[in-house]
Order: sequence, then structure tokens, then C-alpha cells
Amino acid sequence: MAEIRRLTGRLAWRIGEVVETRPAAPRTRSLYLEVPGWEGHKAGQHVDVRLTAEDGYQAQRSYSIASAPEEGRIELVVEHLDDGEVSPYLTDELRTEDKLELRGPIGGWFAWEAREGGPLFLVAGGSGIAPLMAMIRHRAAAGSDAACRLLYSSRSREDTIFAGELDRLTASDGSLEVVYTLTRSQPSGWTGYARRIDDEMLAEVAPTPEQRPLVFVCGPTPLVESVATSLVGLGHDAGRIKTERFGLTGG
Amino acid sequence: MSAGFFSRGFRGRRRQTDDRLPPGQYLVDGFPVLSAGPTPRTPLETWDFSIVGEVDEPKRWTWEELRALPSEEVTRDIHCVTKWSKLGTRWEGVSVDTLLEGVETAAEYVTAFCDGGYTTNLPLEDVTGGRAWIAFSFDGAPLEPEHGGPARLLVPHLYFWKSAKWVRGLRLLTRDEPGFWESLGYHNYGDPWREQRYWGD
Repeated sequence: MAEIRRLTGRLAWRIGEVVETRPAAPRTRSLYLEVPGWEGHKAGQHVDVRLTAEDGYQAQRSYSIASAPEEGRIELVVEHLDDGEVSPYLTDELRTEDKLELRGPIGGWFAWEAREGGPLFLVAGGSGIAPLMAMIRHRAAAGSDAACRLLYSSRSREDTIFAGELDRLTASDGSLEVVYTLTRSQPSGWTGYARRIDDEMLAEVAPTPEQRPLVFVCGPTPLVESVATSLVGLGHDAGRIKTERFGLTGG
Repeated sequence: MSAGFFSRGFRGRRRQTDDRLPPGQYLVDGFPVLSAGPTPRTPLETWDFSIVGEVDEPKRWTWEELRALPSEEVTRDIHCVTKWSKLGTRWEGVSVDTLLEGVETAAEYVTAFCDGGYTTNLPLEDVTGGRAWIAFSFDGAPLEPEHGGPARLLVPHLYFWKSAKWVRGLRLLTRDEPGFWESLGYHNYGDPWREQRYWGD
């Protein structure tokens, strides 16, 4: 696909239609888009979204795609940022049948295809789950049996985007494991992790360096920095750890 | 295809009309971090900087030797392809002109290479003539590892992925070779004022 784009030139702006929006967490919405002419994407890639006011004023931001390439429509997960310009519009104003201008897919590094195999070790912080969810969904849709473990840090159970779907997927797939850590509040009877991800947690949850996992880490910068540094310290090959930052650029 | 299109209900809150802001960019006060993998941490005792490739004689500096070269303070606006821009950032570094002094070359391109394996390519003329530095200080303090320390290339007139973090040298080339992001769909040159984000822009 990248080669095709090189031959045909410009990564064109397209107008997608919002076919559904749905709350994903208290301050986060999933947007479902149908985009005519969409050429497909790899799990982990993102799109650029461009908003245009009636007087021509424009603002652009990037959002990861949470849907699998096998799904017909594109899902974006948008967290409302109080001082943001684009995210409040997307979470509060945009509704079904609205049009949204975007181009993509963009980014071929933080991406995974089932034929690359595993084992996979995915680490998510908050809405950083989005591109990793695309990988988990793609893995399921492609019938991949690559071992996959997700370590997912969120503030609370309510803030855990896709919790229900992840639980359903793990129940029916013995090679998919999800480990949650809830950093601020935990439901009564919670026996899981209840702190930020640290060295000890990674030593317990991550596959061993000898298993040579492909590692994808996505979340806020402090989480990404500390997880990647810890994994290197635990002996993982830095060349197999891919990182993506999320949500801190004021969008 | 999108002529005349507007986003229902969008008015735009920030209305940043600063003429220092290239198209499609917005201002940030913080300094966001972007990188493709773990932050490399090379001890200064083993760190060096070299100029290799199409040169009659490769050059190499240890950390102490590099820091002993004349340095410059520069204040520039920086623009990241992920849309944020930061105005008036203050750096200190050694001009690439200083490093290339006395180097005989037929090269027209350079590839910056880095700890962690990152590379980026630029025309030689974009890193000479007072347009690029090996920067080791940001805002009056040593450059933090997550921002590319101990030293990064600083080429502020291009999108900031060209300002390679953890830079360890320049390879001079007679033919242009796409670097890391340039091979993954990002624009080969990356001029923010022409909004050259991706292939074909």
C-alpha cells in the first residue's frame, strides 16, 4: 500500500461520514467512520483529522485507529482535553451523519500484522489502548494464535476503555492474556494490580527476554519512558520495543 | 475534493494567527516527547561524534573534544510533524559548519546516524551556512536524554524529526538515501512552511 501511494502521489484528504459515536470511558468517545475510497490500514497506524470552520479556519490533529483492518469502518478513540481545541469538538459536538475530513493511514513503524507472528507484549496507558486494540482485534480477526499479553494501566475500572470486549476476547482465546492495573480506584474485592507500572510489575507480567517478544508501548510520555527503560533494564532487546506517545500535546 | 467543506459546529477556540506558525500547526508551551523506541543512554566516556562517508579523511571527536569547540547560542522556533510548534526555543551547540571546516567532499547529502539506530537524511546545504547545530543544551540546561541528550542535531527550519536525537555522526553521501521516517511515509525534505509532512505533499 505504501508503494502504491508512492506511485500515485499525495496522501489525499478524504471526507468520512460519522456512522455512530459511543462513550468509551467517562471523558472519552469512540467515533465510527465510513470513509469512501479508504485503502485500508495496518493495525497501529493513525490518521490526521482536519476541522474547518465556516470562515476557513482550520485545525489538525492525529488520532490512532482502534479498529482492525478487517472491519469496514474506522474507529477513533478521542479523549476530551479541557484546554484542547479539536478533542472537545470531536467528543461533544460531532454526531452521527456529520462529515469529518481526514487522511491516512499514517505511520508504518508502530504497526503489527498477523503474519509477523509473536509473542506480542503490549503495554497501554489510558487512551493509549487505541492502536493496541487494533492489533488485538486484527489478531483475532486474522485467526492468529500468536501469544499476546496486554498490560493495561488505567485510573479505574470505568476508565478502562474496551474492558468488556477484552474480557470477552480473553474468555474465548487461550493465547490472549490481559492484565489490568487500576492506579486510582479499584472496585471492592479487586485482587489485581493497583499501582503505576513499575519494574517489579514488568518482571512479573512481561514475557522473558529469551522469548523475544515484540513489544508495543503506547500511553502518556512518563509511562512510555519508564516502561521502555525498565524493559531494556530487564534485558529486552531495545530494537524490538516500539513506542508511541498519546494525548499530551494539547489536542 | 474537499473544496468548500466545513465542519458543522466547529468555530475553533484558539485562533492562533501568529505569523511564526506554519500551516496546520498549533502552539504548545510544554515540550512534547516523541520517539520510536526506548531512550538510549550512552555514557559520555564512550560517546563520540564522527563525520564519515565521502570525505578524504573521517573526523572524530570525543565528548570533551566536541565541548571544547566554539559553540553558539541559538533561539529558534521548532515545528513537529505531529502538529505542535514551540516558539523561541533556546539552544546551545556547535555549528555543523565548525565540524565540517577543512573537510573536502563531493557529497551533496548527509545522513545523520544515532544511538538506537535512528537515521535521517538531509541535503548538505541544509546543514551548512549557519542552519544546523549539534546541540547539547536546551533552555540553559544540559539536554535531557528524552529530548535527545547528550546531543541532538538541530535543524530548526525543517520538521523536527530531521533534528535527530542522540546523534552520533554525519555520513556524507553523493546520493540521497531516505532515513528512518523518510522510508516510512514521511516527506523526504520536510519543509513546514510548505507543509511537507508525507510522501507527495
